[in-house]
Amino acid sequence: MSVLVYVENADGQFKKSTFEVVSYAAALAKTLNTSLAAISIGNVADVALSELGKYGATKILNVTSDKLKTFVNQAYASVIAEAAAKESADIVVLSNSFSGKGLAPRIAVKLQAGLISGAVALPEVSDGKFIVKRTAFSGKAFAFTEITSAKKVIALNPNSYKVEETGATAAVENFESSVKDSDFKSVIKEIVRATDKISLPDAELVVSAGRGLKGPENWKMIEDLADALGAATACSKPVSDAGWRPHEEHVGQTGIAISPNLYIAVGISGAIQHLAGVSSSKTIVVINKDPEAPFFKVADYGIVGDAFDIVPKLTEAVKAYKAQG
Amino acid sequence: MKILVCISNVPDTTTKITFTDNNTQFNAAGVQFILNPYDEIALARAIELTEGGKGTVSLIHIGELSTEPTIRKALAIGADDAVRVNAQPKDAWFVANQIAAYAKDKSFDLILTGRESIDYNGSQVTAMIGELLDIPSVSIIKKLDVDGSNATLEREIEGGKEILSVPTPLVASCAEGVAEPKIPNMRGIMSARTKPLQVIEPTAVDALTVVKNYETPAPRGAVKMLQDTDAEKLVELLHSEARVI
Ligand SMILES: Cc1cc2nc3c(=O)[nH]c(=O)nc-3n(C[C@H](O)[C@H](O)[C@H](O)COP(=O)(O)OP(=O)(O)OC[C@H]3O[C@@H](n4cnc5c(N)ncnc54)[C@H](O)[C@@H]3O)c2cc1C
Ligand SMILES: Nc1ncnc2c1ncn2[C@@H]1O[C@H](COP(=O)(O)O)[C@@H](O)[C@H]1O
Repeated sequence: MSVLVYVENADGQFKKSTFEVVSYAAALAKTLNTSLAAISIGNVADVALSELGKYGATKILNVTSDKLKTFVNQAYASVIAEAAAKESADIVVLSNSFSGKGLAPRIAVKLQAGLISGAVALPEVSDGKFIVKRTAFSGKAFAFTEITSAKKVIALNPNSYKVEETGATAAVENFESSVKDSDFKSVIKEIVRATDKISLPDAELVVSAGRGLKGPENWKMIEDLADALGAATACSKPVSDAGWRPHEEHVGQTGIAISPNLYIAVGISGAIQHLAGVSSSKTIVVINKDPEAPFFKVADYGIVGDAFDIVPKLTEAVKAYKAQG
Repeated sequence: MKILVCISNVPDTTTKITFTDNNTQFNAAGVQFILNPYDEIALARAIELTEGGKGTVSLIHIGELSTEPTIRKALAIGADDAVRVNAQPKDAWFVANQIAAYAKDKSFDLILTGRESIDYNGSQVTAMIGELLDIPSVSIIKKLDVDGSNATLEREIEGGKEILSVPTPLVASCAEGVAEPKIPNMRGIMSARTKPLQVIEPTAVDALTVVKNYETPAPRGAVKMLQDTDAEKLVELLHSEARVI
């Protein structure tokens, strides 16, 4: 018995969510008194790989075959299941990222494993029971879910487990997999990444704005505040529906769910469907000219007033704070 | 082109979520159930792709008799026929196995789902169907076009998108952008009453996960209200009190 963690990379780089899953898997392996191995697929430099040791991985299986340079969930699932068999791993941990969502269910079927996606805490293991806390009802609740099968797959929500530096170095070994050709039916034509932007699901700080901003021409001040903070930008649904902002910025029940450390909501009323995607943010700041806006009820800090007046002042204050170091 | 759309029946988006029996049961009393919003998107795209006699749209739903109004609604929107697997959906593994068992010998070109059901938000069923049927799956798509036996899909990734070319048959989960949900018209509602709705019994599959109990998020402390001249103070509080910057 052991734990296997899949370490996802983007263009050869590991993201914070990868360090989170390794930290989580290391803590889990420790609780279960077993070892942790990691599997990486694609083009990651050896230094980056061995650095994963810091977070508790002792061994890293590295798959570098040309065919597997880009993500194809069918093929990646086969490789990870093969690695799980090699390591006699009963538990596979990965990030509940966009790719993770396509991958985890396929791994679970291959291993005949119960799958928890959207996990937010370490499993409670006692009396032979294995219970994982995960989000449900679009952030309105948590469901403590037992996995009853012998094998288990856990997809951890980004930003819900702290990165911990517990270990030392990891040994990297090459892993040759025998993926069948029929696993490569999907072909990636193009990957478009807005490189200058902080990706929303990974962001620790988010500045978001709604219909209170009146029009797309007023987003400059939101971007300025986000830049000053080093934050990602988001928006409410009517804003993306109207084409003021791209769809991928839309958060909420029908958009994406995020749980950053800081969520600043400007000119957003706080409808229940919006809150569904942001209510698990650690700290919420609301700026709204209407003192009765429902958003204030779930905020930590609130300012009643005109966004057009407050946001630029806030940007200046952030810049001044950053300048002090 | 034959398309199968998987639909789930979920609490309305405005529902206040509560639990009974010492937080072990979801309290369905007074809750309005609806067609999962993302499944509406999948259904709308299926209808667009088959319009003008270019194919058929079938529905599958795993649920008990009480969910039939949701199936009728989807038929009213424009699906041709439906099958209900008469069972309480236990977990994604159970649901995906039912769908795969049904679809296995029906040669659907496309199986479409929503990106997630808004009750358990698993995003699990889709890729499980793909694996069970050994066909490609693409999760969380923003665009879908089909040309003969080849589909072009756009998938969401962190900070961008990926464009894929995938041969049919395939299964994909639809998010915003794939299509605009359609509202049933009077003719649709009338004809939905007589469209075929077949009921079949589930195949025997054990669930691999079970919810033990629920918890609602801890309420936040009282909001600290500041003046509109307090920008510096807010920054200071975010640093020293909230410790987020
Ligand atoms: C099935 C369904 C799913 C949905 N999913 C989502 C979702 O995922 N995400 C989402 O966001 N919404 C969603 N909605 C829509 C949601 O119900 C609300 O309509 C939406 O969130 C409102 O957006 P808003 O707050 O930007 O706009 P509004 O409700 O119009 O609020 C604008 C706010 O700006 C304030 N304001 C105006 N001028 C200023 C100013 N100068 N300075 C400061 N404040 C100002 C106003 O006081 C007001 O509170 C969904 C709805 C349905 C039915
Ligand atoms: N009980 C069900 N019957 C039919 N399809 C379902 C059912 N539950 C989920 N699905 C489909 O699977 C998708 C993803 O659901 P989930 O994996 O539960 O988040 C949904 O959007 C539906 O299309």
